[in-house]
Amino acid sequence: MKVILRNPRREVEVRGGRRVREVLRELQIVPETVLVIRGDTLVTADQVVNDDDVLELRPVMSGGAR
Amino acid sequence: MKCRRCGGEAVLELRRHNAAFCAADFLEFFRNQVREAIRRHRMFTREEPVLVAVSGGKDSLALWDVLIGEGYRTTGLYLDLGIFDYSQESRARCERFAAERGAPLQVVRVADAVGAPVPVIKDVTRRPPCSGCGLSKRYLMNRVALEGGFPVVATGHNLDDEAATLFGSVMHWQTDALARQGPALPSTHPKLVRRVKPLYRLTERETAAYAFLRGIDYIVEECPFAAGATSIAHKELLNRMEEASPGTKHTFLFGFLDRARAAFERADPVPLQECTRCGQVTTGAVCAFCKLADQVKRAG
Repeated sequence: MKVILRNPRREVEVRGGRRVREVLRELQIVPETVLVIRGDTLVTADQVVNDDDVLELRPVMSGGAR
Repeated sequence: MKCRRCGGEAVLELRRHNAAFCAADFLEFFRNQVREAIRRHRMFTREEPVLVAVSGGKDSLALWDVLIGEGYRTTGLYLDLGIFDYSQESRARCERFAAERGAPLQVVRVADAVGAPVPVIKDVTRRPPCSGCGLSKRYLMNRVALEGGFPVVATGHNLDDEAATLFGSVMHWQTDALARQGPALPSTHPKLVRRVKPLYRLTERETAAYAFLRGIDYIVEECPFAAGATSIAHKELLNRMEEASPGTKHTFLFGFLDRARAAFERADPVPLQECTRCGQVTTGAVCAFCKLADQVKRAG
């Protein structure tokens, strides 16, 4: 399955047929730091994603002079 | 995972609340947290005009969206920092957001006020870019609010911002900063407007989820100068602790506000006066903003 990462924008291929939580673990992403987007909605970490899914992992962190 | 309220399919898990919500119930949860913040700290009333500082990012646009939905009298303020494409794109998003909702938006260019945009200020001062940028933003927010008759400025600071600031202040035992940190800073001088942070009860993942689920077109890209900022390093640390123990950030910030902040408040507050140059409030004769403008002028 395709995973879109941001800042900078790039795409990686990972194995589907498992839970979002496991995909995040493989990519070493702390769940608290991203939104997991599939199509026009968000998915929780226990959702199973398939090989033909496209996931966007959108970072939520902003910094600097807030 | 099921929504705690309706039992439908959840879209977001909030581990610190041991809960998950569907989209509709999450949006209501979010609005309730903002309502609670405004009520608890008497941030503003429905009659008062509120100046909402917007950057084009998720937090400030989510805040403005909630306040418009709640019927508050809001005006957006976009401070154009002049940071290359980043500022152009974030300004365009604020303008589009305002136009779609028929909401008034004021745009002020930092370069017009200081004499140069943030990238030049960074080079002239030889200090981290966030330093001159933050100083300019705080100054201009207050000045624009005063000139426009707004008694209060609302910013999009969220729980992560506040927890990271608190962490930084504690790490260096900046007791003055600890005394000043809070979700609602009162006006301590006739020429200082109130500053409030209605999103302080919500994490940045929650504000991002709200913005996404509301279809708000916000700028996902980070400010090019933010890379390596201390605040981001602190947020990363706190998120690792949060991962191991959900609720850590919440407990850290709320415990401070409820039980520790009062201990840092000074009995003898620093006397404030008006800057001899611009008339804005400062602790010395000439304010830091005027000194910065002087420095830029000399370098130019």
